[in-house]
Amino acid sequence: MSQTEYGYNSKIEGDVVLTTVDAALAWFRKNSVWPMPMGLACCAIELMAVGASRFDISRFGSEVMRFSPRQADCMIVAGTVTYKSAGFLKRIYDQMPEPKWVIAMGACASTGGMYRSYAVLQGVDTIVPVDVYISGCPPRPEAVLDALMKIQEKIGKQPILQGTVAAKLLHLEEK
Amino acid sequence: MAHVQDIEIRDTAARTAAAVEEAQDIHGEKMVLNMGPSHPATHGVLRIVLELDGEVITKADPDVGYLHRGDEKIAENMTYTQFIPYTDRLDYLAPLANNVAYALAVEKLLGIHDKLPPRCQYIRVMCAELARISSHLLGLGAFAMDTGAVTVFLLTFTEREKIYNLAEAASGARLTTSYTRIGGLMRDVPPNWCAMVRQFLKEFAVALAEAHTLLTRNRIWVDRLRDLGVVSKEMAIDYALSGPNLRGSGVNWDARKNQPYLCYKDLDFDVALGSVGDCYDRYLVRMEEMKQSMRILEQCVNKIPGGDENKSHEPVSIEDGKITLPSKTKVLSSMEELIHQFMLVTEGVNCPPGEVYFGHENPKGELGFYINSKGGGVPYRLKIRAPSFINLSILGELMPGTMISDVPVILGSLDFVMGESDR
Amino acid sequence: MSALESANKIKAKFGALISEPTEFRGEITVTVADAEKIFEVCAYAKSIGFNYLVDISSIDNYGEDPRWTLIYHLRNIDNGIEIILKTDVSEEKSELPSVLPVWRTSNWHEREIYDMMGIRFSGHPDLRRILMWEGYPYYPLRKDFPLAGKPSDLPGVAFTKISPMEGGPFVTIAGGNDSIAREPRVRTPESDAVEFNARVEARGDNKEARGQAFGPGPVDKK
Repeated sequence: MSQTEYGYNSKIEGDVVLTTVDAALAWFRKNSVWPMPMGLACCAIELMAVGASRFDISRFGSEVMRFSPRQADCMIVAGTVTYKSAGFLKRIYDQMPEPKWVIAMGACASTGGMYRSYAVLQGVDTIVPVDVYISGCPPRPEAVLDALMKIQEKIGKQPILQGTVAAKLLHLEEK
Repeated sequence: MAHVQDIEIRDTAARTAAAVEEAQDIHGEKMVLNMGPSHPATHGVLRIVLELDGEVITKADPDVGYLHRGDEKIAENMTYTQFIPYTDRLDYLAPLANNVAYALAVEKLLGIHDKLPPRCQYIRVMCAELARISSHLLGLGAFAMDTGAVTVFLLTFTEREKIYNLAEAASGARLTTSYTRIGGLMRDVPPNWCAMVRQFLKEFAVALAEAHTLLTRNRIWVDRLRDLGVVSKEMAIDYALSGPNLRGSGVNWDARKNQPYLCYKDLDFDVALGSVGDCYDRYLVRMEEMKQSMRILEQCVNKIPGGDENKSHEPVSIEDGKITLPSKTKVLSSMEELIHQFMLVTEGVNCPPGEVYFGHENPKGELGFYINSKGGGVPYRLKIRAPSFINLSILGELMPGTMISDVPVILGSLDFVMGESDR
Repeated sequence: MSALESANKIKAKFGALISEPTEFRGEITVTVADAEKIFEVCAYAKSIGFNYLVDISSIDNYGEDPRWTLIYHLRNIDNGIEIILKTDVSEEKSELPSVLPVWRTSNWHEREIYDMMGIRFSGHPDLRRILMWEGYPYYPLRKDFPLAGKPSDLPGVAFTKISPMEGGPFVTIAGGNDSIAREPRVRTPESDAVEFNARVEARGDNKEARGQAFGPGPVDKK
């Protein structure tokens, strides 16, 4: 973590404390993204390979592959989503507590892939909002790790305390 | 999100079970539990509606179809070669085996499945056996992880990475290889491939021994698996199980021995048979099959025509312009090859009208392709006989009477994969 | 007992109901003329040793009558002999007896055929959809159902829309008289079927049929 992120000039920056806490919280949050693996098809095997020893996902803090949506941050949709699966997938997404992110892994989850047929949902973004799309069939584990890093970047930029009740009470809001 | 859409799944399976329970059970003792599609121990998207009496299961109704992608209908719109990538995704733990199975089925329709060049046959056998090891490893790893032995999972995945390296060297892709073509292979293996296989066999022998040490005589493992999910010989035949599930019950049927194809006749290996038909037997059969696959691979690397580097330029595809693509230099210089290339790419391999069935010994069981052709390069009907689909039908009979913590054990021992089951 | 001998044995028992055995690529096939009798034939086949049902396949002969053909692959697991039974079912009837009492594996096979083709099996205890969800209104594997699917308007189940580029995938059909007929474009079974049937009638021997597979294109009336 470079020091310049915390460099500040109080005359210019103003609410320094809020920004630092935000950055710190964002740093905690992004380095412990717990994925909820929605492993449906072949991409799930590459997801398991990412979790195994060669491409270690726990280096990035995502060791805990929680199958319970209540304990997960990021849902990785790995595999073909059929219309029959769409119902429970949406339900599981709804059960995840905020903040949550979705990675659409592979061609089938992104756009339906090579299965343009009567039973396949053409992209999981028709039912859940997707943050990162990974292309590939299946994507290499390095690509999954790259997507995880992109999510981490996105989380790092997300303001946490701004707009919350706590910020209002402490008069920390900048008008 | 602006609005939330509530989706109700019309679930007659659970509703029926609940209604039956209400009608019959005044005290309301039985509970309907949905072991849902998203579950770490169901090896994919399988849903089982369980009716429980305390811890004991009284009824089990598996609900498949969550990965039904319409492969058979897609096949009616693709040429034979265009369908090869779809076969990769059937049993995605052993894609090389599916490629080999499909190519052999189409070649049987053409009538050339016993006329393949010898080097092609040896490479295909090696691919099938590597796929067998890969699939059994993952089945074992996931099975052990579900019962609590997590170390085995990491051990098996390390070995599978080595097989992925081999597959990548041969075909270019780790998982979805699409390596075979009608009449041969996509390309020859690189010159150091056989040396890589030999190195892998040395290292894998050590890893297999380690897995044996961790599990086979492990008190907890044996206690959990012994005498559970017993499938008798008659039941196994009646339910048309195949692969290790059938052999675990003592039925001596292995398509490599009983209906030999490729060069299995020239190779020396044993078929593992179980005696009791319980989960422990099926586990032991799979471990032994991996050992036998190693034996086959050793023989293949030593006997492969052309040797490691193929200095004598043995062909790996049938050299018939109407079936396999001619070499590029000829295509760009000679008219006949140009026409062959054009016809094969646009219209596909012209197969005679007729129908065939070919059953291949896949790691999960017998993967069969039934192809009905009315002539031309596109099949009229392609039916995939999926071993996992048929193996799953036994769950309704196997689970009642066991406890709920036995469910992952039974599912792991049957070793199915939903991509194949639902197609 | 070889496959041909078993086929002849079945023919001897049932007489005119069973056709002469045909052979293609080493597989012996017999046709059962009346689908209603399939249970008796299968039960007899099991009694002479075919204890393993490998597969039941179904074919939609769109445009021909009878529309459905069912194929039973039988195997004697003890000696490896295989035989194929074929039977036809007409579209008006779309029903035939279930062989569940003979081999219990046919339970899921028949459910799948019902789900995909819409052929009913009388005597099946639990004939419901297996691959598509309960209440799906169509039978997807029929030739007149497009690959891209049709929107199903059941409330709340799922939002089944047609896959994008409405009308179907752009496929190249191997067959057709010229490259314009073969070029990748949207193909719907409705337009395909008429020309296919005409070609089926116009088709002479195999050589003429070369390249004229299922697919549209101007038909040469010979």
